[in-house]
Amino acid sequence: MRIPILKLHDCLLISIQWELDDQTALQFQEDLLRKIHETSARGVVIDLTSIDFIDSFIAKVLGDVISMSKLMGAKVVITGIQPAVAITLIELGIRLEDVLTALDLEKGLEKLRRELED
Amino acid sequence: MDSCVKITNEWDIVAARQLGRNVAKDLGFGTVDQARITTAISELARNIYLYAGQGQVCIEKTENAGKVGLIILSEDQGPGIQDLRKAMEDGFSTSGGLGAGLPGVKRLVDEFAIDSTPGEGTLIKAIKWLR
Ligand SMILES: Nc1ncnc2c1ncn2[C@@H]1O[C@H](COP(=O)(O)OP(=O)(O)OP(=O)(O)O)[C@@H](O)[C@H]1O
Ligand SMILES: [Mg+2]
Repeated sequence: MRIPILKLHDCLLISIQWELDDQTALQFQEDLLRKIHETSARGVVIDLTSIDFIDSFIAKVLGDVISMSKLMGAKVVITGIQPAVAITLIELGIRLEDVLTALDLEKGLEKLRRELED
Repeated sequence: MDSCVKITNEWDIVAARQLGRNVAKDLGFGTVDQARITTAISELARNIYLYAGQGQVCIEKTENAGKVGLIILSEDQGPGIQDLRKAMEDGFSTSGGLGAGLPGVKRLVDEFAIDSTPGEGTLIKAIKWLR
């Protein structure tokens, strides 16, 4: 299964709807970078509302894809991190530092708009 | 209740954590503890897959003085861990990972014991108690 990537003006929207296995996570990384390249997207929102846990592997893939997107000139906002996910990530010792976050997809898009205007 | 998942490929990691989440739910753990348990199992199962090639993860219910707990047993006959103290440090990885797995699991659970012998394998027992 591939994670669908939607285009909205100059932004890409991704809502991860099911549990990520390793292959799907890596495929997503590749697909997103290709899509940024193809569409010249300047911003990306990744919504994790449906994700109920993140382990160190998925955290690394996410962190990497954020850095890679930045290299390509696109800003990434992560939205919808559940309380249980936030708690376990910090306990795991993973600090997704200087990652832009927002409560939900709508606020994520607003934040991205503001970031892109600066 | 005593169930194990053999770990030989990436899909088994998914199966192991789903088993763990289901058992955790059945025992009455809340969503945060379910996430802790699922994450811990995912870390241990992936370590087996990455470093030992194969092994198994077992999930058991335990009771002690009226308290209910969930035991995660991770077992392999892989290469073992050369320097346990290093392996338990945040950020130590021999595979380019974050090095968050083992020290992270220790923080996610209530009891954590690791026994590893180079050339023989690794056995990890983690317990989460129901509050
Ligand atoms: N079952 C195992 N058999 C052999 N070596 C292991 C095993 N589990 C862990 N190790 C060793 O201990 C190190 C630390 O493991 P840990 O899970 O903390 O980090 P990692 O797997 O390298 O990265 P991360 O888990 O953050 O993706 C590993 O790099 C590996 O060398
Ligand atoms: Mg690991």
